[in-house]
Amino acid sequence: MAETPLQVTQPQAGSPETPSLVEVLLDAAKTNVLRIQDYSKLSFRSLTNLATSPRYMQDTLAQMDDIGVGSLPIVLLSGFFIGAVMVLQTGAQFERFGQSSLTGDVVSIALVRELGPTITGLLVAGRCASGMASELGSMLVTEQVDAMRAMGTDPSRKLVSPRVLATLITLPLLTAISVFIGLVGGMVASVFSLRLDATTFWERAIKVLQFSDIMQGFSKTLVFGFILATVGCYQGLNVRGGTQGVGRATTQAVVVSSVLIIIADTFLTKIALFLADKVF
Amino acid sequence: MMESPSSLALAPERSSEAVIQFHDVRIGFAEGEILRGVSFSVQPQETLVLLGETGSGKTLTLKIAAGLLRPDSGAVDVLGERVSRMSERELLVLRRNVGFVFQEGALFDSLTVGENVAYRLHEDHVNEEEIEPRVLEVLEFVELGHTMDLLPSELSGGMRRRVSIARALVDRPPILLYDSPTAGLDPITSQTIITLILRLRDVYGVTALLATQRLQDGFAFANFHFDPATRRVRRDSTPEKPGTAVTRFLVLRDGKIYFAGSPEQLLAANDPYLQRFLV
Repeated sequence: MAETPLQVTQPQAGSPETPSLVEVLLDAAKTNVLRIQDYSKLSFRSLTNLATSPRYMQDTLAQMDDIGVGSLPIVLLSGFFIGAVMVLQTGAQFERFGQSSLTGDVVSIALVRELGPTITGLLVAGRCASGMASELGSMLVTEQVDAMRAMGTDPSRKLVSPRVLATLITLPLLTAISVFIGLVGGMVASVFSLRLDATTFWERAIKVLQFSDIMQGFSKTLVFGFILATVGCYQGLNVRGGTQGVGRATTQAVVVSSVLIIIADTFLTKIALFLADKVF
Repeated sequence: MMESPSSLALAPERSSEAVIQFHDVRIGFAEGEILRGVSFSVQPQETLVLLGETGSGKTLTLKIAAGLLRPDSGAVDVLGERVSRMSERELLVLRRNVGFVFQEGALFDSLTVGENVAYRLHEDHVNEEEIEPRVLEVLEFVELGHTMDLLPSELSGGMRRRVSIARALVDRPPILLYDSPTAGLDPITSQTIITLILRLRDVYGVTALLATQRLQDGFAFANFHFDPATRRVRRDSTPEKPGTAVTRFLVLRDGKIYFAGSPEQLLAANDPYLQRFLV
């Protein structure tokens, strides 16, 4: 044992044992299983917290303002141009068969079922999951989360649940706005590029939609919202390594939530198509 | 050289009055075990000064006492409750009796000073009319009544530390845990913080567990007291009298208690390691 702080313990004789590949893989597997377990517990608690008091409605409203109103400009802008580019791409193909009037149908279904929820989910993930991770991560490294616990507040109630609830409420609304603006963008593009009649485009775009299409899009937004909020909060509350760790968590939050949204989209589409056949 | 540093170590006192008790507490992380069987107790209105080098486990000891960390083994009792066995939900309730002053203040940076101090009162749904006077009262106590509407980023390090103390005592908890309250502060600001802690001890009778690297802070608690009548800090001319605040030292080294005893015992200890703290 060191006698003074200036003396260091003598290094052990011989080189330290190098872990085998199997040990390294096992350690990595254990770490990842542990992370999934922690993430699942946090996600579950974020929902169960909503059933019991205390509920932080003021914080939820503040988050709704930040996530909903704050994301509106990027959602509007991207929604408009995605609708327009959809019309340009599909319209060109339909024109070859003289069926350019079908453009409205295709754009409408694609936006409501797929592009609206997914693109909005990805945009909001990029903006808000990163924001949540950096905010909570900064709070963690400056001991604000510990201070909260020390004052008798459960951080999962105060910090996580309001963000999850706010995202669950605002993402469907943002998606609805994005889809509407996307259709407007598509209509503008079809009028100026395909010389289609605006009323025809709009009528076909609305008529082609069925209840199952809207439900498919809506259910996706709930899942995507849950994913991006919980991943953002989880990454923030598990920061290691000070400010550098906060930066890493922010990147991880965007990457992980985006990948999970795309993976979830595939499965949700399959389930929705199955249910549309059997139920609706 | 001391005969045996461990001979001075406090045995875990069996007193049922002890406010905080550690029984053979161990905790470790990936880099190794930090606390290796730590046992001590803090009596009511006592100030126990935890001394040790950086990384000796002082902050960990405070966080374990507040139930923010769970020991790997051993037991911790706070106010007669077995903290080490409590669920997080039960701990949240218990922590309302324990104030924690973090090393860097840990103020909520998005809230104003007033909102930071009022945080606990809002959580307890105290009437809005009652909150402001109480917040102002504790802010006046730390002589920062004028900072109510400022953000923590607009305060100096010492002011942030004082706001942190105000936040910790707004609910008048019987126990306060101080994590290096004077670390990184200039001597004058450190003196202000020490005076504040003395006032809390001598006016409100707060029991304190205080982690520090500065021995002079510990001796300030042992040798001075706050006189409420004259509102001044006075040097004690005689050794501690029965009934007055007691200050004891506990030195952590290599995860164990290296020394535990009174200021006089620490001064008398002829141990090279302890002598380095006295320089």
